[in-house]
Amino acid sequence: MTKTSVGPKPAEATIRSAGAVVQQPAPRRRTPTGLDTLESEAVHVFREVAGEFDRPVVLFSGGKDSTLLVHLARKAFWPAPIPFALLHVDTGHNFPEVIEFRDRLVARYGLRLEVAEVQRWIDDGRLTERADGTRNPLQTVPLLDSIVEHRFDAVFGGGRRDEERARAKERIFSLRNSFGQWDPRRQRPELWNLYNGRHRPGEHVRVFPLSNWTELDVWNYIERENIELPSIYYAHRREVYLRDGMLLSSGPWGGPRETEQVQERLVRYRTVGDGSCTGAVESDATTVAEVIAEVAASRLTERGATRADDRMSEAAMEDRKREGYF
Amino acid sequence: MSGGEQIDSLRLATAGSVDDGKSTLVGRLLHDTKSVLADQLEAVHRVSTERGLTEPDLSLLVDGLRAEREQGITIDVAYRYFATPRRSFVLADTPGHVQYTRNTVTGASTAQLAILLVDARRGVVEQTRRHAAVVALLGVPRLVLAVNKIDLVDYDETVFRAVSAEFAAHAAALGYAADDVVSIPVSALVGDNVVTSSANTGWYSGPTLLEHLETVPVAPDPHEVPFRMAVQYVIRPRTPEYPDYRGYAGQVAAGLVRPGDEVAVQPAGLRSTVHRIDTADGPLAEAVAGQSVTLLLTDELDIGRGDVIGEVAEAPKPVTEIDATLCWLSERPLRAGARVLIKHGARTTQAVVDQLTARFDEQRLVTIPDPAELGLNEIGRVSVRTAEPLPVDDYAISRRTGAFLVIDPAEGNTLAAGLVGVPLQALQSDGSPAAADTATTDPITPTEPAPVAT
Repeated sequence: MTKTSVGPKPAEATIRSAGAVVQQPAPRRRTPTGLDTLESEAVHVFREVAGEFDRPVVLFSGGKDSTLLVHLARKAFWPAPIPFALLHVDTGHNFPEVIEFRDRLVARYGLRLEVAEVQRWIDDGRLTERADGTRNPLQTVPLLDSIVEHRFDAVFGGGRRDEERARAKERIFSLRNSFGQWDPRRQRPELWNLYNGRHRPGEHVRVFPLSNWTELDVWNYIERENIELPSIYYAHRREVYLRDGMLLSSGPWGGPRETEQVQERLVRYRTVGDGSCTGAVESDATTVAEVIAEVAASRLTERGATRADDRMSEAAMEDRKREGYF
Repeated sequence: MSGGEQIDSLRLATAGSVDDGKSTLVGRLLHDTKSVLADQLEAVHRVSTERGLTEPDLSLLVDGLRAEREQGITIDVAYRYFATPRRSFVLADTPGHVQYTRNTVTGASTAQLAILLVDARRGVVEQTRRHAAVVALLGVPRLVLAVNKIDLVDYDETVFRAVSAEFAAHAAALGYAADDVVSIPVSALVGDNVVTSSANTGWYSGPTLLEHLETVPVAPDPHEVPFRMAVQYVIRPRTPEYPDYRGYAGQVAAGLVRPGDEVAVQPAGLRSTVHRIDTADGPLAEAVAGQSVTLLLTDELDIGRGDVIGEVAEAPKPVTEIDATLCWLSERPLRAGARVLIKHGARTTQAVVDQLTARFDEQRLVTIPDPAELGLNEIGRVSVRTAEPLPVDDYAISRRTGAFLVIDPAEGNTLAAGLVGVPLQALQSDGSPAAADTATTDPITPTEPAPVAT
């Protein structure tokens, strides 16, 4: 018996998404392949890693992408618990709301959390604080040391190809040498949905289940699945100061300087990173639906709008990835 | 897995020779569909100005690596996402350099359409024919020939007609029907016929590139293949809530499955019945190709990762001898007797390449029997013996269950794309010069399906 009766999904399924994009000025960045397809692909990737590797770990920052990773991993292994631990490389420059969210999520789902504190590496002399006080670039060493220490052989990250030009070149399975380095010239061909996880002792594989998602897909999925995020993703009044065109919040990372004036603004964050280099955007979007409308209409990319670390040079992301960063 | 929106989408790949303007074309597509945001565009303007250019270099939108920007070439596949009101697109922008053909294979393995670029001044070149053969081999259903830099030949219709005709003959010899190949005269640099129709090509009445991409019918993954699902992972919670749960997790590779269906588990040939199709969002009434699900069977069987659950009536026959086509992707050549690993579905097994039966000349579209070796980017016919039986299908029938990876057991690198059977009609020619001449002037149309490997 041959089955040929499989057709497309019912037409009414498209109504909601059509409504979500109808007011947008330009029809860009709509869901590329449908959220169901993206979800199934991510679940497939999680299960491949669980089947092929001995000691995987999920990199977790408390941001929206890594929260999505946890959600998708729970779906992939349901009703069994997630068979991986989480690893948070903690710069010490956190937004308190994010740490509170992280701990609550871990407790709610009974997850195992490893924390690599950058401060510990600074205290024992393995790292030196930078003159500009930003700790985002300092994450690489604690990350690589933790991978060696725990013998992690697969490290999940929430990176998406739409974020940045260098990330657009990333495979879903990305082999790293014993220094954690990415060599774009030596990437393995990635054929069909057959992922090659072979690696030698000391090497590990970075895995990006969200490779084919866009920022808008992430938000549409958050809305559909009703996923909780740290409160800083939604508009709130916050004391901020302007530096290099970005609205920074004061915190343990220093600032404002004498010339920088603090003012209260209605803002939200589009990404969660080191507080010293992650800027807020002015926004009155307090619900997921309002955020979706705002993201769809924005003329700035997520990283271009709020990440100082990507502005350091024309190839800042690539250089950091070559060093072992995500 | 149910209830989400299904927006019409197209997965496409670009291919073409070095310097024929692929990255500029992709940049132009992104720019003219307003898929480029202000900060990205600002960066392109800034760098272009720094380099003394009068017009923004749109290739900088996609060539993101240092070496790419330094050399003005594309080294690796970049994936881009853009959308119009009619359709959304996942685009794999692949390199043209012969050294990086493996990345063209990467981009083409999942593509539903390929855009091949040629420079109007140079016409169809060796690399065009090679890329066309690769995308045909990998089963990309539709081709677009973008005859680029048409402005540099003064928008000459005869140039365009000549290039189109030469390419159409090559594509036909590779097995493409005339309807599946479209030629469009474009200038990526100026923007002629990419998103907007050009007044410079009054003799051209066809669609712009974007119009074609928006309207070309997208063939879904074929569903004529009976149900197949490789077991990726066995879900056994052993929790108080689910003490006896035993689910077989995987992504449906082909066909359709419903509760109550009788299934066979290969390679052991065990029989059972689907009890339930589970997802974290609740059970499903049916699951189709592409969906990640968990199957619960009515019998307690010994099933593990790599086993394939399939329909009983047309169960894939597990084989240890496979006739296959390889697209060799490694600098180290393949010779008979090579010991490799093969990954098919969720199973990786040891294998020996017993024999190299033919090498395919993608320029003349003929096969050369009994080659001594298969070099980088060469396509050849081999017979492979596997340590464990694999339930394979013919690639011509299923891109999912007919595909495998060849992996280096020592280094772990992916050595080849493997396709079960003879996925390309042109591979079956006998290698005589007469056949080659016929192939380029008088297209051979497929008359019978490729034989199934056993």
